[in-house]
Amino acid sequence: MSGRTAVIALPYLWLLLFFVIPFVIVLKISFSETQIAMPPYQPLLQWAGERLADIRLNVNFGNFLYLFEDRLYLLALVNSLQVATVSTLLALLIGYPLAYAIARSDPRWRGILLMLVILPFWTSFLLRVYAWIGILKNNGLLNNFLLWLGVIDQPIVMLQTDFATYLGIVYCYLPFMVMPLYANLEKMDVTLLEAAEDLGCRPLRAFASITLPLSLPGVVAGCMLVFIPAVGEYVIPALLGPSDSLMIGKVLWTEFFNNRDWPVASAVAIVLLLILVAPIMYFQRAQGRESGGRR
Amino acid sequence: MLSSSPSRPAMGLKIACLGLATLLLAACSKEPEVAAPPAAVAAAPGATDAEKVLNVYNWSDYIDPETVKNFEARYGIKVNYDVFDANEVVETKLLAGNTGYDLVMPSAQFMERQIKAGVFQKLDKALLSNLGNMDPSIMQRVALHDPNNEHAIPYMWGTDGIGYNVDQVRQIMPDAPLDSWALVLDPKVAAKFKDCGISILDAASDIRSIVLIYLGKDPNSQDADDLKRVEEQLMKIRPYVRKVNSSQYIEDLANGDLCIAVGYSGDVLQARDRAREAGKGVQVAYSLPKEGSIIWFDMMVIPADARHPRNAHLFIDYLMQPQVAANNSNAVHYPNGNLASEQFINPEVRNDPSVFPGAEVKGKLSPELAVGDDYNRLLTRTWTRFQTGQ
Repeated sequence: MSGRTAVIALPYLWLLLFFVIPFVIVLKISFSETQIAMPPYQPLLQWAGERLADIRLNVNFGNFLYLFEDRLYLLALVNSLQVATVSTLLALLIGYPLAYAIARSDPRWRGILLMLVILPFWTSFLLRVYAWIGILKNNGLLNNFLLWLGVIDQPIVMLQTDFATYLGIVYCYLPFMVMPLYANLEKMDVTLLEAAEDLGCRPLRAFASITLPLSLPGVVAGCMLVFIPAVGEYVIPALLGPSDSLMIGKVLWTEFFNNRDWPVASAVAIVLLLILVAPIMYFQRAQGRESGGRR
Repeated sequence: MLSSSPSRPAMGLKIACLGLATLLLAACSKEPEVAAPPAAVAAAPGATDAEKVLNVYNWSDYIDPETVKNFEARYGIKVNYDVFDANEVVETKLLAGNTGYDLVMPSAQFMERQIKAGVFQKLDKALLSNLGNMDPSIMQRVALHDPNNEHAIPYMWGTDGIGYNVDQVRQIMPDAPLDSWALVLDPKVAAKFKDCGISILDAASDIRSIVLIYLGKDPNSQDADDLKRVEEQLMKIRPYVRKVNSSQYIEDLANGDLCIAVGYSGDVLQARDRAREAGKGVQVAYSLPKEGSIIWFDMMVIPADARHPRNAHLFIDYLMQPQVAANNSNAVHYPNGNLASEQFINPEVRNDPSVFPGAEVKGKLSPELAVGDDYNRLLTRTWTRFQTGQ
């Protein structure tokens, strides 16, 4: 095997190990049926007798059909998509100016500023979410500060509201928005803007017709990186959100843990994956076309 | 907090026993602190595994912190102590297998099904020299879930009830029905406490049994129509419930962030103690409603694939020592089902009717039985509708 093949094989091996194999296992479980045993589902292939011909295949499509019988799954999905969309837009609104400012700042400062964006990753994700509980709760830092200032005389209920969910998601995923945007904006040819200025273009117009279109791949990449994990988010709504938030991650949890129904849980996971893979494929193709056009 | 290190006379006895061990092994074997030489007798009390590690998985806030430290110091076994706050999480891990845990404490009605799934190994009772300390009536009671007590020993038991912030409740509603589930389940009453905060356990089967009791029905009914009634009742109070959670309410009650919480007896009493320690004037009390409630048992079981089963037996045996069991009950305010430990339990815990309910109340406590798979799915769906309104 030549070195070249080895280099190419490595990412494929990665994909096989961490995507294809788990996917096949989940797919297999999604066609199975529950039973009281370890693991709690029936095997897909069963040896009824001695001979090879005695293999029985127990494929059960009922789990997928079940998802359409109860509106719960659709509602949860729609709600998750909505939460993810709003969070992504908010992250973009905050992340774009942030990335722009860093990309246009003095090169000596850029490293430090970038560092500050990445710094939260040095603490556990869970700890950072818990920290927000301490800040937002009725008896927490923020309410006590506002009370002390005299702005309010009753604590505002912030924890376990939709506000807290959005805050948590935007906070946690903001770096994923900033990094690709920064990488894109930093590479941008500034002389284009100078040319626009020379030709009498106002800065706002120049931004709209040069910077923004050129940064679109960064915008799309950043949005994908925020949107996709946000759809399946479980921890943040569970800890910060209201008890009545219905997200697909929570539905998966109840299927898996409360109903002990691994097959239906797997079916939900497969459907979710298919729904999420579509935009990724589209994005990949769009990128491929763009880089193809540039060459 | 009491320490569970042995008292002086016990220590003396231990040394004496050790000296005579070779001659009087049988006489001393009643004393659990005497570790028989591990290699000598395979199935003797005190035998340990080659690897001095024990992985325990127990409910959160459920043990005297000194207990684990003392056990580690005495036997030189490193204890990895992991916690959970829902039976469902434990069950899913156990059914997946390879948990790495050597000792787990699920509730009896969950354990019953897990035993059927073949999750646990049978206990080697020769390794449990303190088994005689357990209350025979409790052992008989849990044998309903585990015939002949083959797999499990009760760790603690308790009830579900209402924890409340005494001053806030009195201020909002001076004639609040503190001794009744109506405090939470009557929408007219619950509405008054909306802003003050109501929390309900995230335990579908517990809450369904409680609502059935409130409605005057069989708490273990697996009837779909009864479940409908339960759902209707729960939906009426849903707008007034702030949080559905099984662990956060201890902290919230203690801080005064919550007015009323449907919770586990000992948890509420821990909240009461924490509030006292904080000294911010928050007063928490526990009420076991007059309509009755459910009684539950948390069981010590050893997974079939445990890598340190002997260490697990040793720890179970250690937890059954009267003084150790008493220390745990004193710390977490749950009764332990260990008769011999009762003399060591602090009088204020021993005489607290919310910890040890009187005979009359005890008669109104219903056990929770395991439910069928189909009913379980209905129940979960009802619970999701209750939580989300969908």
